[in-house]
Amino acid sequence: MTTTESSIEKPTETSTGKVGDVVFRLLTRSSGVLIMLALAGVAIFLLVEGLPALGNSGSSAYGKDSIWGFVGPLLFGTLLAATIAMIIAAPLAIGVALVISHYAPRRLAKALGWLIDLLAAIPSVVYGLWGIQFLALNLVPVYDWLEKNLSWIPFFEGPVPNSGRTMMTAGVVLAVMAMPIITAICREIFAQTPVAHQEAALALGATRWEMIRMSVFPYARSGMISAVLLGLGRALGETMAVALVLAPSLVVSFNLISAEQSSSTIAANIANNFGNASGPKIDTLIFSGLVLFVITFAVNFLGRSIANRGRIDGGRS
Amino acid sequence: MTDVSERPVTARDEVDFYAPQLPWFAPGLVLVIAASFAALVWLLAGVGFAGSVVLAWLLLAVALPLWSVLLEGRRKAVDRAAGVMIWSAFGLAMIPLVSLVYTVVSKGVGILSAQFFGSSMRGILGEGGGIHHAIFGTLIITGLATLISVPIGVLAAVYLIEYGRGHRLARIITFLVDVMTGIPSIVAGLFAYALFVLVAGPGVRMGFGGAVALSVLMIPIVVRASEEMIKLVPDELREAAYALGVPKWRTITKVVLPTAVAGIVTGVTLAIARVAGETAPLLIIAGLTSGDNFNPFAERMATLPVFIFYSIQEPGVYVDEMTDYAWGAALVLVIIVMTLNVAARVLGSFFAPKSGR
Repeated sequence: MTTTESSIEKPTETSTGKVGDVVFRLLTRSSGVLIMLALAGVAIFLLVEGLPALGNSGSSAYGKDSIWGFVGPLLFGTLLAATIAMIIAAPLAIGVALVISHYAPRRLAKALGWLIDLLAAIPSVVYGLWGIQFLALNLVPVYDWLEKNLSWIPFFEGPVPNSGRTMMTAGVVLAVMAMPIITAICREIFAQTPVAHQEAALALGATRWEMIRMSVFPYARSGMISAVLLGLGRALGETMAVALVLAPSLVVSFNLISAEQSSSTIAANIANNFGNASGPKIDTLIFSGLVLFVITFAVNFLGRSIANRGRIDGGRS
Repeated sequence: MTDVSERPVTARDEVDFYAPQLPWFAPGLVLVIAASFAALVWLLAGVGFAGSVVLAWLLLAVALPLWSVLLEGRRKAVDRAAGVMIWSAFGLAMIPLVSLVYTVVSKGVGILSAQFFGSSMRGILGEGGGIHHAIFGTLIITGLATLISVPIGVLAAVYLIEYGRGHRLARIITFLVDVMTGIPSIVAGLFAYALFVLVAGPGVRMGFGGAVALSVLMIPIVVRASEEMIKLVPDELREAAYALGVPKWRTITKVVLPTAVAGIVTGVTLAIARVAGETAPLLIIAGLTSGDNFNPFAERMATLPVFIFYSIQEPGVYVDEMTDYAWGAALVLVIIVMTLNVAARVLGSFFAPKSGR
């Protein structure tokens, strides 16, 4: 590939450079392949250990008739919690990102960006601890109000538990956790909007909001969607916060502010039950993990594809 | 006497150069009025603190655009309404985040003592225990995960940038790394469990398994960070090395990687901070024990996050004491993670290549 200086004088030594090249190339390449294998390994090992659970029923499926009777409610709970989280987190995150990129004075914006990055690094178990010991208790009055005034909506039927450990609380905790991540991605994309577009809009007399609507949002649309999808992937797979906040149960219900009628999520259920499980129950739990893996994989896949496509559309390299 | 004042009116004077505009202090003024009105209602009518905050916000969100639409026109009013919405989204988002930090510090700081750091939970019921075992477990498992992830991650990044450009394999790996960033942590734990069951039989628990699970989560972060940094190394440096007859692999190890090392260290530190707080995989494969276990290849090993989880979830009889332990451990964990983060960022800005950003 590169003719070495020594090859001109001492042809016998050319081999060292070439051997080194080949070895190093192989080394780096096999690291890359190892990553591929690791991801494949995750899928394969989950399949091997999880698929035997397909025939489980009765006690090995935690008292359900079939494995789907067990996974179904958990899947429902997972999707419900993540949906609540996204409904709360997405608008707030976009608002925060806009404040940082377009509204706040530059110095303040930089500090805020730092702060958000630091908050994104707080471990999820700490969010869970805060959720059960602080947030849940403080949300009880809100739930009481919702039950009193809006109980005709199925979401707010109640009864409200004193502990505040409800589906809604889980959703709020997940929203708080996912927000820094969505904010970080949105902020970067907003900041990448070509300055020329923005200045053109302002020069035509657009107000700041019109400028954002006409130049920033169209440019950032795919980025925003993929940010929300990535946040959704995080919320779907989040374990500890939900495991701490929700009391485990296997019920399908849209009642968001009751303790008895809130289904747990897949990840939280595994965390709560794995320590005591043995034999076929472990297979059942691993199977539910496989289902979770497939769903988050699909969501992330979608998010990344949209992000990559947007990158080409936007003319960024 | 003064002719100037009787100057004939010209067309020039009638043209309105400036559209009417609210004074610069208008948002602040409306905010103060709304807040004081709400405070008055709070004190007199007794609607509760939260209720009056909502009332103040409603007043602000209605009054400011209303004033604006009367004076400035519809478009300006929409702009002001959007501004209010965006700032209040920001304020609303900050409440839980600030409250989280405040709660952790205020509840955790009381229990910190030499004893808390110096003793384990072996044979302890109620008071007098500590998190010595959990701190060391976290350090050992995170350290092992770093040892596994960094070589693989950095080498893979080198492959992607230096060798694989444009290759099909490299594109697939890049995409898979992206997808891997989103693997739920508990799935990584299940993977490690399924892997080690094949080696050590069912019911396996060991610290090393936790390190493997954390590596699955850590490798993609390391790859992404190293990739970005290696990309920043100017091609001129590589070309200069080639021109001197240096083989490619020595160019990479002696020129490219040393140039990028500061950024890579930053990325690795951030990755460590990220996995140090992971709970779910360790819950599954490393478990929890009450005493010191410094051997990662046998038996259960306690870690800070798992300790926090079980202290809340299965506290036993001494609920209050265990809750205190959990908050103390949470504060220690947050301090560790934050220190790593700040260190990484300081390091990064200190060594950052002068790219004008």
